[in-house]
Amino acid sequence: MHQFTIAELVKGLRNKDFSSTEVTQHYLDRIARLDKTYNSFITVTADIALQQAAAADARLAAGNAPALCGVPIAHKDIFCTTGVRTSCASKMLDKFIAPYNATIVENYLNSGVVMLGKTNMDEFAMGSSNETSWYGPVKNPWAIDCVPGGSSGGSAAAVAAHLAPAATASDTGGSIRQPAALCGLTGIKPTYGRVSRWGMIAFASSLDQAGILSRTAEDAAILLNDMASFDAKDSTCVEREVPDYTADLNKSLKGLRIGVPKEYFGEGLNPNTAQLVEDAIKVYESLGATIHSVSLPHTHLAVPAYYVIAPAECSANLSRFDGVRYGHRCENPKDLNDLYMRSRSEGFGAEVKRRILVGAYALSAGYYDAYYSKAQKVRRLIKQDFVDAFESVDVILGPTSPSPAFQFGSKTKDPVAMYLEDIYTIATNLAGLPGLSIPCGLVDNKPVGLQLIGNFFAEGQLLNAAHQFQQATNFHQQSAPGIE
Amino acid sequence: MQWETVIGLEVHVQLATKTKIFSGASTAFGAEPNTQACAIDLALPGTLPVANEQAFRFATMFGLAVNAEIGKRSVFERKNYFYPDLPKGYQTTQLAEPIVGAGFVDLELGEGRTKRVRIHHAHLEEDAGKSLHEDFAGMSGIDLNRAGTPLIEVVTEPDMRSAEEAVAFAKKLHSIVTSLEICDGDMSQGSMRFDVNISVRPKGQEKLGTRTETKNLNSFKFMEEAIALEVERQIDVLEDGGKIRQETRLYNGDTKKARSMRSKEDSNDYRYFPCPDLLPVILDDEYIESVRKQMPELPEAKRARFVEQYGLSSYDAGQITMDKFAAAFFEASTKISGEAKLTANWIMADLGAYLNRTEQRIDQSPVTPELLAGLVVRVKDGTLSSKIAKQVFEAICNGEGDADTIIETKGLKQVSDTGALEKIIDDILAANTAQVEGYRAAAEDKRAKMLGFFVGQAMKASKGQANPQALNELLIKKLNG
Repeated sequence: MHQFTIAELVKGLRNKDFSSTEVTQHYLDRIARLDKTYNSFITVTADIALQQAAAADARLAAGNAPALCGVPIAHKDIFCTTGVRTSCASKMLDKFIAPYNATIVENYLNSGVVMLGKTNMDEFAMGSSNETSWYGPVKNPWAIDCVPGGSSGGSAAAVAAHLAPAATASDTGGSIRQPAALCGLTGIKPTYGRVSRWGMIAFASSLDQAGILSRTAEDAAILLNDMASFDAKDSTCVEREVPDYTADLNKSLKGLRIGVPKEYFGEGLNPNTAQLVEDAIKVYESLGATIHSVSLPHTHLAVPAYYVIAPAECSANLSRFDGVRYGHRCENPKDLNDLYMRSRSEGFGAEVKRRILVGAYALSAGYYDAYYSKAQKVRRLIKQDFVDAFESVDVILGPTSPSPAFQFGSKTKDPVAMYLEDIYTIATNLAGLPGLSIPCGLVDNKPVGLQLIGNFFAEGQLLNAAHQFQQATNFHQQSAPGIE
Repeated sequence: MQWETVIGLEVHVQLATKTKIFSGASTAFGAEPNTQACAIDLALPGTLPVANEQAFRFATMFGLAVNAEIGKRSVFERKNYFYPDLPKGYQTTQLAEPIVGAGFVDLELGEGRTKRVRIHHAHLEEDAGKSLHEDFAGMSGIDLNRAGTPLIEVVTEPDMRSAEEAVAFAKKLHSIVTSLEICDGDMSQGSMRFDVNISVRPKGQEKLGTRTETKNLNSFKFMEEAIALEVERQIDVLEDGGKIRQETRLYNGDTKKARSMRSKEDSNDYRYFPCPDLLPVILDDEYIESVRKQMPELPEAKRARFVEQYGLSSYDAGQITMDKFAAAFFEASTKISGEAKLTANWIMADLGAYLNRTEQRIDQSPVTPELLAGLVVRVKDGTLSSKIAKQVFEAICNGEGDADTIIETKGLKQVSDTGALEKIIDDILAANTAQVEGYRAAAEDKRAKMLGFFVGQAMKASKGQANPQALNELLIKKLNG
């Protein structure tokens, strides 16, 4: 049963091949049996899941149930869930229970989607390896000594280990696409503003966007249909009709213009990864797409600009965690300053502290112009690169991350090496564009991701390109060794 | 040495919106602590702000009222600092691109003196909560009901040269925001709070002296006192050869003392940057015009109308229109009595004094526009002398009924009846034959002075009810024989 895609589950539930309760129980059993190995969940909500499944079964029996009714998924622990702990993988929020649902959680609730639990992640989504979680690292189902990527590593590992058929995730600089690549999954980060940020704990507000980790592009399309909505509670959410993302999945790619940026194939890219991307290009040519060389000349500035803007925003976003109203509070503070200092020192991990410090520095008097203002200028240039490129192509293609999954501890001592993990994904967040990663083969028995970047609100086109690739290849059907 | 005082103000005006600037929680004053603070106000994780359109409408009204350019693009920024009553750890405010640009306010200072005070800008921002340091046994309590209440902070140029000008500006601002109905103007509840920047310099010197900022003054009286005290302190320091330290000061209205709160060196680096949760707000001409059309009449316009329509002097009209409730009272009362000038005088003099003394607001005055009109009518038609009228007014204040009832029950009608007056005068002349002789023997130019004696006697005999004019005429006639 855990081999089924979301599309197959939807069909099976309709046909009464199985009930939501059966599917849900099956996944809960697998989580209970296997997740000790992967550590992909922070909280498993078995009771809630079974209640929701029973309710979904009743709706299905009554007819007129929404498409996704009864399908179980997992939520990244960055999304607030009423009555269930939302920790953001931080000691700071270990005991935090939100009195509201994130809009995307609410959307799925309305669709009758069942919540299996809350997945592990890098603390406050800051990391590319899931090693910064207060609840311990997540193991990559493909190679147990390797990282699953981050920050949505728990969501990725859970789906790759078939502990959930799909999971929600969030992407600030690559946090959906890089784990998708490292765990052999499909991961989509929609256009900034497509999906509400209400109830998603902020890392860097101008970059954060919720999305999906799933086994196939078709599943991503089905799930995005319900995740995306206009939400007046998020001022940056765009009031724009949500199309049916499954409508164009089977469209022919004949005449699709694919741009390949030369800057994405430079130094630092694993040659085997590069080869798989080249092979994928040939697949697209065989599907009727035309390949064009494009240039994104400011690519090399994306990581430095990001590591000014994202920390700057996070330094303010995380100020609310002060031990005053909720979250971790140190014991016996002797005065206000002591309360702040110890609560925050104890509550936050090293990477979070590093980024708060970097951000506060970049915004401080005398440095603002040199760092923050300059980074914003770079951001505009990077966006313009894409706008220019999309004058002549429909989709941009390249690697998702420079190399396959790496071993635990191999980059933790060198933050910059870790930051370079997101070298190909960060620019799309800075530009606000949608991006997607799909599996395109294995290197050393570890998955490699192919990244597709679309124009603003062209999620449908991206999913179409991804689905057609998956119709022509079987990389997405490969499971991690040992996962039956 | 002659010193010149230089004053600039920063005024926080609480906007009377129904809900908070970035959340749907109520802004009503006086609720139980933390009952009007929602998840957004508490800065729970994952919550997001949505800007309140009414706050923009009110700020736009203010901008138009002070002749300012309206910022067609305004941007919220985050001002970062830690304080327990600041839930997010930053205040959402405006810095580089505020809603209201440069403008000005013209003041009338009496005796025909005028003054223009330039507004540097005014920006929208959210208020913080309150820290309560009493009743918690050494701990502090936090009340976040006020957190997120919309404010406009009005920043002036350093154009004021005395406490008188600063207070006149503050009063004018108060009258503008209350006339616009964008602020309830209740200073005791913190609806308007003043930060006063003060420096002194030798008269004739162009360069500004080092300034201090006295924060959070919440009455005109305290503002006046605090300025006087600080100016005196600065002059003393400078005359003793000292230097003024740039600092923030607090004035205690109870003890009448001020103290330094922090020096500039201790001040925060607020690390402002544009708030990524809120997009720039764009106001087009059409929006601004629609706001302009909905604006209530401003004090300035009302004053001009009162001069034109009621024939009041510019000064009187200015006084009356300073308070929109006084202006409304005036118009209501005048409509009944038809006597604008007299009504204005009564409002500014006796009624004003009475309300001040009893600490009542004119819109809640027990002396209603109808009651005042009843009195004014009886003054105008000569039933009451101005002296007796004051007695009747006191009786109205005491709730003894309307003017006619009081005149009737107390028998206070002015005696203008010639027969009655003649009787009184004849009695007095008969009883004071020596004085009558003296008067008649005196030269013409001395007589006027001697007349006073007879008037006094006659008034006394009539218990003050004699019509002075009729009495005078009749006396002169009789004395001249």
